[in-house]
Amino acid sequence: MLVYILKRVAMTIPVMGVVALFVFALLRLSPGDPAAVIAGDFATAEDVARIREQLGLSEPLVVQFGTWVWSLMQGDLGTSIFSGKPVTELIAQRIEPTMLLALTTILFSVAVAVPLGTLAAFKAGSLIDRFVMLFSVGGFSVPVFVLGYVLIYVFSLNLRWLPVQGYRSPFEHGLGPFLSHITLPTLTLSVIFIALIARMTRASVIEVLEEDYVRTARAKGQSELKVLMRHAVRNAAVPIVTVIGIGIALLIGGVVVTESVYNIPGLGRLVLDAVLARDYPIIQGLILFFSFVYILLNLLIDLTYTFLDPRIRY
Amino acid sequence: MAEGVAPDVAGAAAPLPSARDVAVWRIALRNRGVLWGGVVLALIALVAVIGPWFVVDPTNLNPMTRLRPPGEAGLMGTDQLGRDVFSRVLSGARVSLVVGLAVAVIAIAIGLVLGLVAGYVRWTDAIIMRVMDGLMSIPAILLAIAMISLSGATLGTVVAAIVIPEIPRVTRLVRSVVLTVREEAYVEAAIAAGTRVHMIMVRHVLPNTIAPLIVQATYICGSAMLTEAILGFLGAGIPPEIPSWGNIMSEGRTFFQLTPWIIFFPGLALAVTVLAVNIVGDGLRDTLDPRIARTMR
Repeated sequence: MLVYILKRVAMTIPVMGVVALFVFALLRLSPGDPAAVIAGDFATAEDVARIREQLGLSEPLVVQFGTWVWSLMQGDLGTSIFSGKPVTELIAQRIEPTMLLALTTILFSVAVAVPLGTLAAFKAGSLIDRFVMLFSVGGFSVPVFVLGYVLIYVFSLNLRWLPVQGYRSPFEHGLGPFLSHITLPTLTLSVIFIALIARMTRASVIEVLEEDYVRTARAKGQSELKVLMRHAVRNAAVPIVTVIGIGIALLIGGVVVTESVYNIPGLGRLVLDAVLARDYPIIQGLILFFSFVYILLNLLIDLTYTFLDPRIRY
Repeated sequence: MAEGVAPDVAGAAAPLPSARDVAVWRIALRNRGVLWGGVVLALIALVAVIGPWFVVDPTNLNPMTRLRPPGEAGLMGTDQLGRDVFSRVLSGARVSLVVGLAVAVIAIAIGLVLGLVAGYVRWTDAIIMRVMDGLMSIPAILLAIAMISLSGATLGTVVAAIVIPEIPRVTRLVRSVVLTVREEAYVEAAIAAGTRVHMIMVRHVLPNTIAPLIVQATYICGSAMLTEAILGFLGAGIPPEIPSWGNIMSEGRTFFQLTPWIIFFPGLALAVTVLAVNIVGDGLRDTLDPRIARTMR
């Protein structure tokens, strides 16, 4: 077991290395002088020289990569060109809304999608099942931001139930304002996630329902609810949790868009502002940050399999 | 409702397939999703190709008719510069379809080569797959935004930026097919008979990848259209001189509370198109690839 954990942790290192190499190559291999690109159209020669110096672009590539990875390993994601602040500090300032939005979305999606998918599997072929499948195809087709604007239009502008945009921290303003502001972004972001999880839940529960032990459970007269809860959902847990992990990538992309639609001052907005300002160290740092979060979350999920399914032994 | 229609059309399309040489698309058209999704897509493509000839120039500015609601000026109203939203949405269809198709074709081509190599040449497997793992962990939208902001937003860079994050999925798929096929008895027989590697690839491995790749291509096409629109919406996509559904919506944001139709019409067009693509994809998956259908459904 311990050997497996160590192996699995070690496996993430080459993946992280590849990510770092990609992010590094992105700036260096792009056409033109990266320093000039970052400096923008109105930069003077001195500006370009200063940025080149700041990014260490005059060193040989290998040296650049080495120093960069070395500072990464010490937790240094670089320094913003314009504000001069460390990227880690900027991330720390903006992470709260993004993390809370991701959390509410995952909780809401799982709470809706797992029962929905189970029900669809239990009544496979029925009207409910068709509705769930239609929703899951639709969920993959509706663009996140269009959905966001439809929700704002209906619930904020017409019905006036919820605030149009913005964010209130639960730690400063209390739970009420936080919830009223986070409801629409959560709904918006959840649709695609619900589609994904409901589809996977349905598929794996259908598979489990064909197993012998389910027939045995039914044969000994157990109620259908118990069959579903005790046998089907529990045994279908591993693929469901796996798809949640894969969905984190979708979630990260969706967060950027959703924050933009609802004017939430989180990491997504930090990226977009950095793109407008061509503040490359911030973009680079955030891509690395999000990728590492994704890798670590999936590592964590892999390691929880043994708890979800005692049959899995390493 | 469609119950009565689909079998008729399918029945007219082809006799029962008896051998492999029956055209694959004829079998596929028996599926209702493929048929109806395909009809909707064909209509959208037709409108995208010939539509812009019949409407006013989408870049035509008209300060006299700014922000007019649908019906009052044009089918879908006008934007803040007095441009006709309907003609802009029609032009946007071209961009979306071109991006969707281009991304699907290029991503499949690159992924196919990488997957074949990884699956067949043992020593490259670990290297290629670790690179793919790394690429997969980078959030696609962020990678695309970064690439476009560095190399400038053109149709080409937008397509490239959407292609790269799609490659790992194709590579994984092709590799898994290769790994399964190479264990088959007929491939072992071919190897034993001294068939050259490239002949085994062409004769035995490649045909097995076609069905899953067609299915995958439709999904990539749909998600590429969504990504293109998201990039345009965030202001990191195709420049506003060429109207795309994404950048029309991006420009409509400022006046959203006043003129929501500038966002709703292109949004609806996008959703319907992607939905049609995805329904065709699901249908193709069910008909072409029963093995995947069982696990994915």
